[in-house]
Amino acid sequence: MGIKIKSMKNEDFLDNDSLEIFKKSGGNILLTSIDNLVNWGRSNSIWPLTFATSCCGIEMMAAGAPRYDFARFGIEVYSASPRQSDVIVVAGTIVHKMAPVLKRLYDQMSDPKYVIAMGACAVSGGPFAYNSYSVVRGVDQIIPVDVYVPGCPPRPEALLYGVMQLQRKIKAGTLFEADKKSDTEKP
Amino acid sequence: MQREELTDFLKKHFPDATFPENTQLPEMIVPAGDIAAVATELKTSKDLAFDYLISLTAVDYKDKFTVVYHMESTLHRHLLVVKTDITDHEQPAVDTVSTLWPTAIFHEREVYDLFGIKFNGHGDLRRLFMDDDYGFPLRKDFSDETRVLTLSK
Repeated sequence: MGIKIKSMKNEDFLDNDSLEIFKKSGGNILLTSIDNLVNWGRSNSIWPLTFATSCCGIEMMAAGAPRYDFARFGIEVYSASPRQSDVIVVAGTIVHKMAPVLKRLYDQMSDPKYVIAMGACAVSGGPFAYNSYSVVRGVDQIIPVDVYVPGCPPRPEALLYGVMQLQRKIKAGTLFEADKKSDTEKP
Repeated sequence: MQREELTDFLKKHFPDATFPENTQLPEMIVPAGDIAAVATELKTSKDLAFDYLISLTAVDYKDKFTVVYHMESTLHRHLLVVKTDITDHEQPAVDTVSTLWPTAIFHEREVYDLFGIKFNGHGDLRRLFMDDDYGFPLRKDFSDETRVLTLSK
């Protein structure tokens, strides 16, 4: 018997058009070199904010615990302060009463900042999308989202996949795009 | 007290109340005006001693509201469900029991928040979950076009 964990093939992992869309810089050699260096640093040291509103938070904790251990990818420290965190993993249902708090936490984070919408509730409202007076239908109505991780709740592998996609996204960006993002994409 | 014994005792002490049969737990329906007096008697009587209010909630039956109290005696180990009907659907109000059971402070705030039932003499009847100017979402006639997405019938 025993549980067989199937891993994703490398070609499946790389089968993602978004990377090519992001990779359109074509700047001069010095700038791209600086970009590569900075992005290497940024993408391998993403500190998440300690923020979980429901059961997805348990899966996020499991992803941080030794079995899945996303410290391997540089998602090292769960920062308790938005000032010292780079990514906010919205793990759980966001209700209308929580929405201003989430917006404030996002605004308090320093650039560059990233958002992962984890689970059905954060992606679209999930099971509460219809006939609910209290739940926000998707966290992207409040803050801009970089990576969506579907599932109810997603397994830790799924969150790891989402985090690695975010790393690819960071690596494909340029310094100036990253700075521009916060000016243009403010909701 | 056993169930029959308890029902007989209550019938003797509360002549205005009605007692539905074939219920899961012993039930007593009292007039809305009597609830404060009945609750005081239920809690302070030595033979009843309902010192623990398990839950306080409400039901909207469109023509009336029913406030439901579940209570238990930790001394005698008996349970009772008390219900009271509020016929006024526009300005529903009932006397508070939070002076007897402090746990009812939050229960009554929640019922007020979701049903709009006022509890006279509560003292701190503020909204609990929703905004101050929001409707009462668990009422049957509640509707909110902007927040609530409904499937077309």
